[in-house]
Amino acid sequence: MRSGQFVPGRTFGQIRRNWGLYVLLLPAVVLTLLFAYKPMYGVIIAFKDYSPASGITGSPWAGFKYFEKFFHSYQFSATIKNTLVISVYSLITFPIPIILALMVNQMRANRFRRFFQTVSYMPHFISTVVMVGLMMILFSPSTGLLGSLYHLFGGEAPDLMGSAGLFSSVYVWSDVWQHVGWDSIIYIAALSAVDPSLYEAATVDGASRWHKVRYIDIPMLMPTAITLLILRVGGLLGVGFEKVYLMQNDLNITSSEILSTYVYKIGLLSSQYSFSSAINLFNTVINFVLLIMVNQISKKFSENSLW
Amino acid sequence: MGVLEAAVNKNMGKVKNNRSSDRVMEMVMYVFAVMFLVILIYPLYFIIIASFSDPSAVANGQVWLFPKGFTLDGYQELLRHENIWIGYRNTILYTAVGTAIGLIVNISAAYALSRKDLVGRKFLSLFFIFTMFFSGGLIPTFLTVRDFHLYDTFLVMVLPFSVIVYDIIVARTFFQSSIPGDLWEAAQIDGCGNLRYFVQVVLPLSKAIIAVLGLWIAVGYWNSYFNALIYLKNPNLYPLQLILRNILITNQMQSGMGTGEAAQIALRLANLMRYSVIIVATVPILCLYPFVQKYFNQGVMIGAVKE
Repeated sequence: MRSGQFVPGRTFGQIRRNWGLYVLLLPAVVLTLLFAYKPMYGVIIAFKDYSPASGITGSPWAGFKYFEKFFHSYQFSATIKNTLVISVYSLITFPIPIILALMVNQMRANRFRRFFQTVSYMPHFISTVVMVGLMMILFSPSTGLLGSLYHLFGGEAPDLMGSAGLFSSVYVWSDVWQHVGWDSIIYIAALSAVDPSLYEAATVDGASRWHKVRYIDIPMLMPTAITLLILRVGGLLGVGFEKVYLMQNDLNITSSEILSTYVYKIGLLSSQYSFSSAINLFNTVINFVLLIMVNQISKKFSENSLW
Repeated sequence: MGVLEAAVNKNMGKVKNNRSSDRVMEMVMYVFAVMFLVILIYPLYFIIIASFSDPSAVANGQVWLFPKGFTLDGYQELLRHENIWIGYRNTILYTAVGTAIGLIVNISAAYALSRKDLVGRKFLSLFFIFTMFFSGGLIPTFLTVRDFHLYDTFLVMVLPFSVIVYDIIVARTFFQSSIPGDLWEAAQIDGCGNLRYFVQVVLPLSKAIIAVLGLWIAVGYWNSYFNALIYLKNPNLYPLQLILRNILITNQMQSGMGTGEAAQIALRLANLMRYSVIIVATVPILCLYPFVQKYFNQGVMIGAVKE
């Protein structure tokens, strides 16, 4: 089972000598067991008719009843479609932080560069609640900044927050606005690790700045970019709850009901625990399978992988 | 020509580029950068000036660059809302206690995992990383929290979800790359145990990672509303974000108002307050940020994705 060097005596000696390290690990291990692994066991209620009185173990089995219920409900295709539209749309904006990082890397004026970076990180620190509140205030067609802007040019502003057709655009581009600077940090750090002699050699060979970006910077960013892309594709059905839920209203609900908000409503608002867990589990499994598939593909074609 | 130019550059001891294509590229880049800055800054600036302006001037689109009809009514109105201050107090407590717990739990686990001589290192890493990609989901986690009698308590806001695997990976990479292995060997010879070594040698060398993780965790606590939405019932335990949600998004301030002039004034105040509450809720966390900013570009985060 173990590799060749396994010698019981030595291994136990090492464990005993390093007991302090296990003490350091203890809090994290206990919390993970209790609040991550115990719920994983609890997921069996997706296959049961859970009732609070009989508890998780005592409730009768229901097989795939709740999965079938979900597959046959009209919300099935709607929530999956909405979730996919939002995540594929955000996936398209994936290169934007890379472009920003390449730009920052080209800035020679140090003070401007620092100012630019500071400002571009800032919106990341705004909370989701404030962000959505901000959007509601600014995008209000009657009293908001956007309304005033349209008014200035004699037009009528569209109701961005109350439109099902525009929901995914508003969601994705406000996200880009908020996080593009922050998301670029990782690429900026990768670029700062590029060996300066590469640029010098390129200059000697007569390369223009564009050439250096194209043939040095971009290839240097590829491993980081691919790793992050794998994670993103793995989370394709994992669009977060917080922002979508806040942006939801009666006017845009046909585009804004996604898997995670539906799980919340079925589970906590209407207390159908088993049904909600089944939808949730379906979502988790798809994400997990996607992640492994994408990772496998990437391993095959580019030698980049998560593990 | 390229060779000649390169030779000249070399002689000057500096890599300079005088190509016209480079200059065009530089121009285009700075134009884009300035446009980008305006798009980032203006909405935030607008909120600030609007919070000091006469609400009807804001609604009629008369506020663009400077406050109009300067007033502090919005901020005064805030003082009258007791629940905002209860929320504020709760958020400060959750952030302080949660960040302390988070740092202790994650940093110590990360250090143990960074040690190559830890028996079971691979298994333990997998034990944590698996929870990044697979989880029991909303309802099973909710039931677990309820079973432990943590529902609607102070503790649920700071303890159960304090293990953040991503942070552990980042800190582990930091320890691996910046704490020399010889140091432990030397300490061992001096009869220093793991725990004392961690506290007296490793931690003082790890200010950068403590600062960065501390900021991440603090921002997370300050800004999140999800756990409060799921696990809290008692309004006296509500964090600021949940109260903000009621003010900014579900507009609970406006319900229960009558009609007539008094109602008009109340509505105007409520609108004005939405601007000032955004400022009051966001400024504290932005103040934290300059203190840790210097660590960001040091590649603290780069290792995370490489691993």
